[in-house]
Amino acid sequence: MTAKENNKMTIIATKGTFDWAFPPFIIASTGVAMDKEVTIFFTFYGLNLLLKDTSKLRVSPIGNPSMPMKLPFGPKWLQKIDFGPKLPNLFWQIPGTEWLATYLMKKTMAKHGVAKMEELRSMCQEFDVKFIACDMTVDLFGYDKADFIDGVEFAGAAMYFDEAASGDHHLYM
Amino acid sequence: MADETLDASGLNCPLPILKTKKALSKMDVGKILDVISTDAGSVKDIEAFCNQTGNKLISTTEDSGKYIFTIEKV
Repeated sequence: MTAKENNKMTIIATKGTFDWAFPPFIIASTGVAMDKEVTIFFTFYGLNLLLKDTSKLRVSPIGNPSMPMKLPFGPKWLQKIDFGPKLPNLFWQIPGTEWLATYLMKKTMAKHGVAKMEELRSMCQEFDVKFIACDMTVDLFGYDKADFIDGVEFAGAAMYFDEAASGDHHLYM
Repeated sequence: MADETLDASGLNCPLPILKTKKALSKMDVGKILDVISTDAGSVKDIEAFCNQTGNKLISTTEDSGKYIFTIEKV
């Protein structure tokens, strides 16, 4: 069965950490590649995923005990150790550790041939994924609309419903 | 014999699918595309992609960790 008859998909993207930038862009780009018509509604911290400058996005190991933490380099035995459960939350209070965790995740991703976030994002745009930024949270957090990438529409919850009126793939991330 | 070949070696999900889509969109209907991938997950993914987009997966072959998918653009 092909997806032609019912091909609309929407995603609500609410998270703005580096790691959580991936699921919306991966699912959206794959969806359009498979002939779906995809809209992502970015709200609250998800707005960060639409910024021109994404260099400030970080992973947060604090309060994230499920995050595996393995070194992407070094001897084999060392790469096997999962530091995630071994390091106390207190460790991640030390300045620079969040930067370090982000750096290691980027290295690990590159080693595994995972696309860069910006690459997935621009592929979404190339395939005509519609990006909507929640106007209310743009105002609320004092974002400057000039800081967002081109091609973003600014609208509210009502427009989300209009986008989600058809189709049966509607995901909250 | 394939009309086009796409080497997606070393790339991980969802890149092989995205690159396959891009390659197919530049080709005429009836032409054959060979996709080379080292991602084991792409075996199921390429099959699902063809299922949903209506393109025809002619064959899948594996040779020591390298997968070759032959797809006809429909």
